[in-house]
Amino acid sequence: MMFAVDLRHYLVLSAILFVLGIIGILSRKNSVGILMGIELVMNSAGINFVAFSKYVAADLSGQIFALFIFVIAASEVVIALAIILRIYQNKTTVDIEDIKDLKC
Amino acid sequence: MSLPEFLKDLFESWPLLGSIPLWLYSLACILGLLFLFLFPFAGIAVYLERKIAGDIQARIGPNVVGPYGILQWIADALKLLLKEDIIPAAADKKLFILSPMLIFLGGAAAYAVIPFAENVILANLNIGIFYLIAVTSMVALGLILGGWASNNKWSLLGGMRAAAQIVSFEIPVALCILTAVLVTGTLDMTQIIKNQSPYSWNIFHNPFMFIAACVYYIAALAEANRTPFDIPEADSELVSGYNTEYSGMRFAIFFLIEYAECFVICAVATTLFLGGWYLPFIDISGLALGLRIPIEAMVFMTKAVCLLFVMMWIRWTLPRYRVDQLMKLCWEVLVPFSFACLLGTAFWMALFKGKGIPELIYSLLGWGS
Amino acid sequence: MTAQDVFFYIFALITLVPAFVCVFHPNILYAGLSLFGSFFGVAGIYVLLGADFIAATQVLIYVGGILVLILFAVMLSKNIYGAKFQDEKKKKILPGLLGLILLGFLVKFILTTPWNMTLTDEAPLPTVSRLGDLLLTDYLLPFELASILLLAALIGAIILARSK
Repeated sequence: MMFAVDLRHYLVLSAILFVLGIIGILSRKNSVGILMGIELVMNSAGINFVAFSKYVAADLSGQIFALFIFVIAASEVVIALAIILRIYQNKTTVDIEDIKDLKC
Repeated sequence: MSLPEFLKDLFESWPLLGSIPLWLYSLACILGLLFLFLFPFAGIAVYLERKIAGDIQARIGPNVVGPYGILQWIADALKLLLKEDIIPAAADKKLFILSPMLIFLGGAAAYAVIPFAENVILANLNIGIFYLIAVTSMVALGLILGGWASNNKWSLLGGMRAAAQIVSFEIPVALCILTAVLVTGTLDMTQIIKNQSPYSWNIFHNPFMFIAACVYYIAALAEANRTPFDIPEADSELVSGYNTEYSGMRFAIFFLIEYAECFVICAVATTLFLGGWYLPFIDISGLALGLRIPIEAMVFMTKAVCLLFVMMWIRWTLPRYRVDQLMKLCWEVLVPFSFACLLGTAFWMALFKGKGIPELIYSLLGWGS
Repeated sequence: MTAQDVFFYIFALITLVPAFVCVFHPNILYAGLSLFGSFFGVAGIYVLLGADFIAATQVLIYVGGILVLILFAVMLSKNIYGAKFQDEKKKKILPGLLGLILLGFLVKFILTTPWNMTLTDEAPLPTVSRLGDLLLTDYLLPFELASILLLAALIGAIILARSK
């Protein structure tokens, strides 16, 4: 059965999401856009963890890891946006191609 | 048991109603809640607000439509419905239309887990209160979008202020809810009420719970953008904030959801701290279910409406905060206080093995529970 | 197909279409907004996988927190009515090709790996208390580390965002 959903469907879904995120990270020039790509990648990792938690491990360890992904995503986004706003205040741009110096 | 399941059980033996599937009952319950409760309640709340404002400012308030002006809200609703729906030429049309929808979604979805009485709850989720925090946080998104899409500097400022305010005040709100959850040991709204009793409401469980209830009420006021924390729509600075460019039906949705959210806040405070549908010191659990449900619903609504009245009272009594004062209040007063309440309640639970002050007094007097 | 399968495909569409828009839309604000659908779809997928608490956390943290912050950053950091607001389209071709190759490999590995799927019995639904137990027993150290990480992020963000 091709359409009956099992683990592989979830994995393929998360793989597509992961690849879309990678394309976003590689192709965007705006650093906030890159951040969006990273969020997509993290979401795909979360889907993987929870799917494995249901189908392979049959306990809740995968869900715990999804929770830790939320924690990491939240702290990462906060720090990244603070850095981006700081750069914007100093250079009035957030394009990564214009940010070449380590020092603002 | 949730309301659709309860109704299905009730009508099981009836000739025609018994054969209706469960999802139709659910649909009927959702529509009933929206059209028979949410919309009229918001309208009456607006009428009440105007009457209270009139009383406080020594005016009469609405008094023309119907006896004591009580039908004023129907006239208001009709006026808003019939007005021309204007979308500004420079606005981002898609987002301008999307924003009220998002706000409505976030505001109305919260009603799914409000326990009006035993079995009268739309969806008996086992993560009830957590679901409520999650869906109400979507309102911030709608506000920031509406502000941006209007393409008006007042609206954008209002939307930004609203988003910043909601995101910050979510923290003390969530911490105070967590304090109550710590006492009851469950996230299920029905179970939270059932773990209290007519003799021991959560607010009297320990001194920290009392503070947590106050902090919750203040922070929730700010989360719903009510005066004295209504800087996102401060009319003296920002015309009307994020809803400046909205008119007709779309404006009505902003207005409706503001009152719907206020009721949600009061209902959550009632559920978590004020014993939900329990009367003080009167145990009615012996009555038949058919008699109990209306009484419970009335008790619940009375408590919630009293809190709503206090909200309106505050609105017409206190002046508005400044932006920096507001953020200072959140981060330097409410957040530390809510953390202290959480820690204090945790210590209390460990020290007295989960017993609250009322139970301790009852066991001292030898009453048992 | 059972109802659950149908829901899976609906949620997969809700996840992937906005994710596609997010990556390829030239306007950065629309890209950020379309993440809303994507995050919501993922929450639906979590519900299908029997992780109700994770789904609610997803909505709370991603939609109510991260998305609002991202939109905030977009609105504060760009001259949103100017010409530079749009990204170029040309830059997408090479990353797109790379992505397709990566996707091909990933799907091939997923389909050829013999997954150990003998344990398919569904986890009972009240997951919250068991998650809490696990966090305070088996995963205590990561839990504490996560709290330190969050504290560090909070302090770091305040220091970074403070005007000198």
